[in-house]
Amino acid sequence: MSSPPSTRGPEGRRYKVLVAKMGLDGHDRGAKVVARALRDAGFEVIYTGLRQTPEQVAMAAVQEDVDVIGVSILNGAHLHLMRRLMRKLEELGADDIPVVLGGTIPVIDIEPLKKMGVREVFLPGTSLAEIIEKVRRLAEEKRSREEGLAKVEG
Amino acid sequence: MKRPGDYDSLWVVIGGCDWRCKVAVALFDERELERIAKAYKEWEEKVVPEWLKRMPERMEEFTTLSGIPLKRVYTPLDLKDWDYMEKLGFPGDYPFTRGIHATMYRAKLWTMRMFSGYGGPEETNRRLKFLIEHGETGLSLAFDEPTLVGIDPDDPMAEGHVGIEGVNVASLRDMEIIFEGINLGEVTTNMTINPPAPVLLSYYVAVAEKQGVPYHKIGGTTQNDPLKEFIAQKTYVFPPEAAVKIAMDLVEWSVKNLPKWNPISISGYHIREAGATAVQELAFTLADGIEYVRQLIARGMDVDEFAPRLSFFFDAHINFFEEIAKFRAARRMWAKIMKDWFGAKKKRSMWLRFHTQTAGVSLVPQEPWNNIVRTAIEALAAVLGGTQSLHTNSFDEPFRVPSEFAAKIALRTQQIIAYETGVADVVDPLGGSYFIEWLTDEIEERAWRIIERIESMGGMLEAVKKGYPQREIAESAYRFQKELEEGKRFIVGVNIFRSDDIEEIRKVPLLEFDQEEIEERQKRRVKEVRASRNQERWRRALDNLRRAAERGENIMPYVLEAAKAYATIGEIMGVLKEVYGVYVEPPEY
Repeated sequence: MSSPPSTRGPEGRRYKVLVAKMGLDGHDRGAKVVARALRDAGFEVIYTGLRQTPEQVAMAAVQEDVDVIGVSILNGAHLHLMRRLMRKLEELGADDIPVVLGGTIPVIDIEPLKKMGVREVFLPGTSLAEIIEKVRRLAEEKRSREEGLAKVEG
Repeated sequence: MKRPGDYDSLWVVIGGCDWRCKVAVALFDERELERIAKAYKEWEEKVVPEWLKRMPERMEEFTTLSGIPLKRVYTPLDLKDWDYMEKLGFPGDYPFTRGIHATMYRAKLWTMRMFSGYGGPEETNRRLKFLIEHGETGLSLAFDEPTLVGIDPDDPMAEGHVGIEGVNVASLRDMEIIFEGINLGEVTTNMTINPPAPVLLSYYVAVAEKQGVPYHKIGGTTQNDPLKEFIAQKTYVFPPEAAVKIAMDLVEWSVKNLPKWNPISISGYHIREAGATAVQELAFTLADGIEYVRQLIARGMDVDEFAPRLSFFFDAHINFFEEIAKFRAARRMWAKIMKDWFGAKKKRSMWLRFHTQTAGVSLVPQEPWNNIVRTAIEALAAVLGGTQSLHTNSFDEPFRVPSEFAAKIALRTQQIIAYETGVADVVDPLGGSYFIEWLTDEIEERAWRIIERIESMGGMLEAVKKGYPQREIAESAYRFQKELEEGKRFIVGVNIFRSDDIEEIRKVPLLEFDQEEIEERQKRRVKEVRASRNQERWRRALDNLRRAAERGENIMPYVLEAAKAYATIGEIMGVLKEVYGVYVEPPEY
């Protein structure tokens, strides 16, 4: 059996994911399950807890220097909340941090979300294996980009 | 009276009888059991292996969703020392396993109560009338998140949230519009509202008063269950102790002033939806109930004064028999708790009356029409379990609050069960099934063990503060997800007969409404209300509320006066937050 794909960057540091809940949405089952699955898969996971503003989440992501932001929204306010999150990330010059979203999202909203820059939208029924793999790839991508930049600058 | 909750009385409850108890009388004759045992052994040793050779079983182990292992078949041997009168009795008689009424649905069908509300009060008024017109027999209001946490629509945290998950109510004015043309003396209304429950109940009572409905005719329910907010629903506002105090204020006031009102709906639904198993849902909910009973007794109330007004709310999940057994076990356990722990004398105090909602969490976006089938099966379990009231989910709820089209199918599902299938014609029709009775006993025993653990922590308020039920639920949610991925559990269209047909999902006609327009309308209206009310009366009402809260008095009369003075939900909750503080959950996962 092959070993699972690595969740560490080339320099050996573990990939870091911020799992976030925003606004007044209290549905935290999915966020907690995904946070645990990512941790068990070897990621370093930070969970924001409930009732964060999108602006707080963006700032936390920058402060913690995370590789991926995973947002869970099940209250229907995803377009509004994600717009604010993406705007704040851009403002902070952190729009290189890939953002993924999971939750009860009508299919018609997927395209507008992707246009905002959301990299993946996971509907209910998505397997943890799929989420882990996609988050891993996004983290890998971001780290190798940074690695490349570091080499150029160095 | 025994001291409620001490170990001895708990043991007595688990044992199923107290000091008056006679030796259990087994239902089956001992010699007959021996004959069955012999035949069973032969069947197991000779017949079954032959069959297994030819037709191996689908799985190595079959378990319920709670993880209870299931045998191939159940027989009288599984109910060996089973005492009919002690375990079941008759419908309407202690321990009420078979139902709280002697005639059950032969006399009165369950209330068909569809949880509804979206947008502003105007949209919700139309939806309520639509459902009444199609045969709904009770109302149930779904509030949006700003209302659920008690902030005004122009609060910065409300931005982008107004009217999405339910109706926005910011002041008495909104409640007046919701019930325009609906006589509150003729309907009963459930309100799924928790920290701001005193506010919403006050708005409702104020509307009833304006309609000329006397207090003794105002009927309905406020959910008002603070403990499960920390455990699962997460619309908490105040810290646990204060939250419980405020909720009990409402119960006490309601018991004394609104004889037909159910001031609390002790809810397992959200606990289950957050990931609990059926056994955990049952145990945590009853443990919440035990805590509330103790709190009310500590206020000096007589148990038979308030206990008849306590009501419950459970989830009906997809694991059919386990759900039916859960409802039956719940009734029996609560009757024992009220009688043996708390010394209740009235039958009504021992009744576990409950509302049921089918499992939102069992619905999936893949091939969404299949959700109609899931809901129908879950609703059937609730009916076979003897529910007093039922909400059926709409198939489009993995996407948005339901459209009229989808909500009507959900209501029709209940009507088909009630009027076409015949399942409502016999009371507790599954009673006496070897399997159902064994499973009811098994669930009861497992739930007692959890309750015992909570008791040893000092009761549910303490357990919640320690994060015990929260952690247990997260654990179960994770385990279920892993079981799905390991192919031990199945969801059709998701991990078996997988469907990636996104076009089919696009065909679902979703409810359309202009959220931004509604948010603006609600912001405008709350500003108008603030500008047009009698400022003197309003200021005095809020001052009096603050002083009463600081003195530790029952806040209800003061909240009611503030509501009538058109104080907004955010203003009333703001005063209470200043006095009681706010809760911040530790971000654990």
